[in-house]
Amino acid sequence: MIYKTVIIFAIFLSFNQTIDLNEAPYKQSIPGTSEKIDMVYVPGGSFMMGSPKSEKNHFGDEGPQHEVEIAPFWMGKYEITWELYELFVAREIDNKKPEKAEGNDVAIDVDGVSGATAPYTEMSFGMGTEGYPAICMTQLAAVKFCKWLSAMTGNFYRLPTEAEWEYACRAGTNSAYSFGDDASLLDEYAWHDGNSNGAYKKVGVKKPNPFGLHDMHGNVSEWTLDKYAPTEYKSRKRKKSINPYVQPTKTYPKSVRGGAWTDSKSRLRSAARRPSSKQWKKRDPQIPKSLWWHTDAPFVGFRIVRPETPPSPEEQKLYWN
Amino acid sequence: MKSNENLTRRNFVKRTTLATTGILSATLPIDAMANVYAEKKLKIALVGCGGRGSGAIVQALTADENTELVAMADAFPDRIEKSLAGIQEHFDGVKKIKVNPKHRFSGFDAYKKAIDMADVVILTTPPGFRPYHFEYAIANDKHVFMEKPLATDPVGIRKVLEVAKIAKQKKLNVVVGLQRHYQKKYTDLYARIQDGQVGKIMSGQVYWNGRGVWVRERQAGQTELEYQMRNWYYFNWLCGDHILEQHIHNIDVANWFVGGYPTEAQGMGGREVRNGIDHGEIFDHHFVEFSYANGAVISSQCRHQTGCMNKVEENFQGTKGTVSTRKGTIKNLDGDVSYNYSGIENPSSSMKNKGGGNPYQVEHDKLFASIRNGEVIADAENGAKSTLTAIMGRMATYSGKVITWDQALNSDLQLMPEMMTWGSTPPTLPDSEGRYKIPVPGKTKFY
Repeated sequence: MIYKTVIIFAIFLSFNQTIDLNEAPYKQSIPGTSEKIDMVYVPGGSFMMGSPKSEKNHFGDEGPQHEVEIAPFWMGKYEITWELYELFVAREIDNKKPEKAEGNDVAIDVDGVSGATAPYTEMSFGMGTEGYPAICMTQLAAVKFCKWLSAMTGNFYRLPTEAEWEYACRAGTNSAYSFGDDASLLDEYAWHDGNSNGAYKKVGVKKPNPFGLHDMHGNVSEWTLDKYAPTEYKSRKRKKSINPYVQPTKTYPKSVRGGAWTDSKSRLRSAARRPSSKQWKKRDPQIPKSLWWHTDAPFVGFRIVRPETPPSPEEQKLYWN
Repeated sequence: MKSNENLTRRNFVKRTTLATTGILSATLPIDAMANVYAEKKLKIALVGCGGRGSGAIVQALTADENTELVAMADAFPDRIEKSLAGIQEHFDGVKKIKVNPKHRFSGFDAYKKAIDMADVVILTTPPGFRPYHFEYAIANDKHVFMEKPLATDPVGIRKVLEVAKIAKQKKLNVVVGLQRHYQKKYTDLYARIQDGQVGKIMSGQVYWNGRGVWVRERQAGQTELEYQMRNWYYFNWLCGDHILEQHIHNIDVANWFVGGYPTEAQGMGGREVRNGIDHGEIFDHHFVEFSYANGAVISSQCRHQTGCMNKVEENFQGTKGTVSTRKGTIKNLDGDVSYNYSGIENPSSSMKNKGGGNPYQVEHDKLFASIRNGEVIADAENGAKSTLTAIMGRMATYSGKVITWDQALNSDLQLMPEMMTWGSTPPTLPDSEGRYKIPVPGKTKFY
C-alpha cells in the first residue's frame, strides 16, 4: 500500500512540475454584479479512484480501485454561495452581458438558457445566505447555472465529473481524507454532523486541501455530472480510464460527493459516493414536483469546473442538457 | 347520484333515530348506521387544479387505498389537463387515475358539479373563492380538505365561521392546510408549552421573509379577468396579499402558541422593490405588531424581496423560557437548552427521518382516518380566525391605523364578488399604463 501511494504521488508531482503561467488561479467576474468566483488550477494527472477494502468504512461502491487519468481544469475554490446562485434564480442581470463576452469558449444566447422557478418555501431554512453555500437545487438546476454562467462570461463552465471531483478532492493523496487517514483531524478541515450544530457553515472557514480547495470534505455535498453507477468501477478494473464520465439517462440516481453537515465523518471520505433520490422532493407539496428544487436536500450544493481545453460547441451541449 | 343516496340515507337515519329509536335498533346495529364511511370507496373531487391542488390529491389518494378521484374542477381547462397528467405521472400506473372527460369541469361554477359527485372534496383554488366553495361543500354534506387562507376579506371570513359551525353540527371533517399543526416538531413544542415549560408567552417574532413567488406575465389576447385569474397572486380579491397567502402560517403559530387571537394590530408596509407592471396591487413587505388580551405582543414580518435576509420561522419568549421553532428548542431564562426536538426532518445517510412524517401527508392521513372512524376534525374555525388575523394585519399596514379584532371581524370590506362569470368585470382594473391602485398608508381607508 505504502509503495503504491508513493508511486501515485510521484506521478502527481511530475505533472505538477509542468505548470506554466497561464495555468494560474483567477477570479471569474460576472457582468452586472461585483460578485466574483475564485477558481483554482488543478493540474492534470493520474490517480487511483475509489478506496481499498482495507479502508475503514469502505463501501462496496467504492471499489475496486482503478487508475484514472484526468485532463487539467480549474475548479471553484469554494462551494457556490447563495449570492451567486441567487443571480441565476433572479436572472435580472442577463441584459448586462456585454456585446463581446470576456471569454471565447462559448457563444450562446443567454436568453436561451432555462431559468429556475422561484421556490414557494424559503430554501436556506434560516441557516444563512451571505457567504453560505446554496443548497436544495436539483442537478438540473446546477447544470443550468453553469450554462448561464458560461453564456454570461464566454468561458465554458460545467459540473465536475465524478472522477474529476475525486481527483480534485484527493489532491495527490491516497488516504481516506486529503489530510491522511486520521478522522480525528477532520474538525480542522470539515463540517460534519459532529461539529455543525445542525446547520451548514460559511464556505472557506476550514483549512483547504493540498490544491487549495475548501470544504471538499463536508459542509454541503456536491453535485457531479455522473449517473450514480454503483458497479461501474468493476468495468474499469486493471485498465486506465481517461476522463471517465457515466452520462445519466434518467433523473435518479446521480452521484453527489464529499458528504455534508448532516453526515457522520466516514461519509466525508474522498472515495465516498452517494446517490440522489426521489425522496429528496418528498415534502414538495406540489404536483408536478419542482424541476429545480429538492425540498428535502438541505445537504446538497455544488461547485463548478472549467476544463483547460474547452469542448467543441457540439460537445458543450452534452454537459448542459 | 350515489352520494345523494347516501345523503338521503343519513338524513333518514337521523330523523328516524329521533322518532323510532326502538324499531331501528332492533333491525340494524346502530354502529353500522352511524358511520356510512367506514368501509365504502370514498369518492374525491378536486376543486382548483394548480400545483398545490394536484399535490393534495396525490396525498389524499395515498392516505387511503379505497379512494377514487372522480371529478376535477378549475376555471381553466388547460390547468385540469396539466394537473391530471401530473397526478398520473406521479402514480406511474401503480394506482389507476381515470377521470372521465365529462367529469372535468371548467369555469366559475364548475365547483358545484365536481363537489356533487364526491364524498370528500379538496378545495385548493385561490383563496378568494374558498368561502363559497366551502359553503357549498358543507351544505351538501361533504368532508373537506381546504388550503389556507380561507378567505380574502371579512365578509368571506364571517361566511366561513358560520359554515364551520354547521360542519360541526353535521359531524363533517374539515382539515385546513395549516400543516404546522400536523408537523411533529411543532406539536412536540406545543405540548411542552401546554405543560408550562415556557411559562406564559409574552412576546414573539414570526417571519416569512423570502424572495417572493412566481409571476405570470400578461399574454396577448387575454381578457383582463383571465389575466388576473392567471396571475392571481398579485390581486387582493383572489389572493389577499402575501401577508395572508404565505405569512398566515407563522401568524397562525403565534395564535396557537399564545393561546388566543389578537385584540388589535398596527403596522407598516409598502411596495419598494417588487413594484413592476406584472406585480398587480400587493405590497412587497409588511411589519405588524399584534397585541393579545393577556399583554403578549407578537412582531410579524413578511417580505418578498430578493437579495435580503431570508427567514421563515417563529420565536417566542415566555415567563419561564424561550422557544425557537427552527431549531426545535426550548431554553430556560439563563439560555440553557432544556428541550431539544431530536427528530431530524430531512433524509440523510446518517440522520434517519425521525420527524413524524411529511406534514402534507400527515394531514391527509388524519383526515381519512377520522372519516373512516366516524370522528370529527374541525379545523375551519381556527383557520378562519388565523386568516382574519392576517387580514387585520393587512388592514393595519394598508391604512397605517390601529385595527381592532372587532373592527376587522365586523368590517363590511368585501373584495371577492358574490358571483363571477367570464363576463364579469374584475373588482380592480388597471389605469391606461396598466398599473393598479396601490394602498397608501394614511390615506387608504381601512382597506
